[in-house]
Amino acid sequence: MRRAPGLLLLIFLMASTASAIDTDKGFDDPVLQARYTRLIAEVRCVTCQNQSIKDSNAFIAADLRREIRRLISEGKTDAEIAGFLVTRYGEFVLYRPRFSGKTMFIWIAPFLLFLFGSVAIVRVVRYRMNQPIDDDLIDEGPAS
Amino acid sequence: MNRYILPLVAVVVMIPILILGLQSDPSKLPSQYIGKPAPQFSLPTLKDPSRTLSSADLVGQVSLVNIWGTWCVGCRAEHGFLMQLAEQHQVPIFGINWRDNRQDALQWLRQYGDPYVASGFDQDGRVGIDWGAYGAPETFLISAEGRVLYRFAGPLDQSIWDREFAPLIAGASQ
Repeated sequence: MRRAPGLLLLIFLMASTASAIDTDKGFDDPVLQARYTRLIAEVRCVTCQNQSIKDSNAFIAADLRREIRRLISEGKTDAEIAGFLVTRYGEFVLYRPRFSGKTMFIWIAPFLLFLFGSVAIVRVVRYRMNQPIDDDLIDEGPAS
Repeated sequence: MNRYILPLVAVVVMIPILILGLQSDPSKLPSQYIGKPAPQFSLPTLKDPSRTLSSADLVGQVSLVNIWGTWCVGCRAEHGFLMQLAEQHQVPIFGINWRDNRQDALQWLRQYGDPYVASGFDQDGRVGIDWGAYGAPETFLISAEGRVLYRFAGPLDQSIWDREFAPLIAGASQ
């Protein structure tokens, strides 16, 4: 049992190396590396669209990861990096599209649907509460 | 009757939207550059690294920019058609040799013919990304002012040419 923490640590270390597919060196600064990891998880791979570029081994995904590394090391902000991608590939490449006139609908649609459903439920329940109870319909058990 | 009107309207509105949704192919990404100036680039040419192919070369005549690579099966498929286009001298074709090996690319042009006025050698793939390419081949139609008129992703052939490119070229050169 005393070996368990060491073993766990080893397992975790192996897990983190298994997910890395970049051949280039990562950032020395853990903050930048964390930012990089977070950003690439939010970018859609353009040839394999249900994967992020973090997951994909497609060459274009590797190229886009390299570009994002370059932009981060050039000191670009997240918004500037998103802008870089959107200029080239459109809003579709971001798993979290930016809020704009074009994408407004997909951002507010869930809230609209929730509101619509709530109003519908309240109205139906209120309507039914006002209905008189028809005693004849109440089942009073098998007639003997 | 009244209570059915709202759901009916909702269904009538939704059906065309859903039909449109079924018909659109999400794997085809529209180019972000249609109607906009072509992305700026400057690349050493494949045949002579001391010379460059750049955005400035695209200005002055309607032209094609074709993104290709020897690793790309679709490029092999369309190569014959590009050769045919080049022989007809309709529009100059500029190549961007994407993520390739110079020797392989030169060998390919020797073997299958060279339809390009010049090909830029984009070894690390950055120019391809600047053009918003997500695969190869991709072919861009560029106006004389250097604007992107049309982009086709996939192997080009005569029917696509006649349907999509020819009318735009006729319109652009008027």
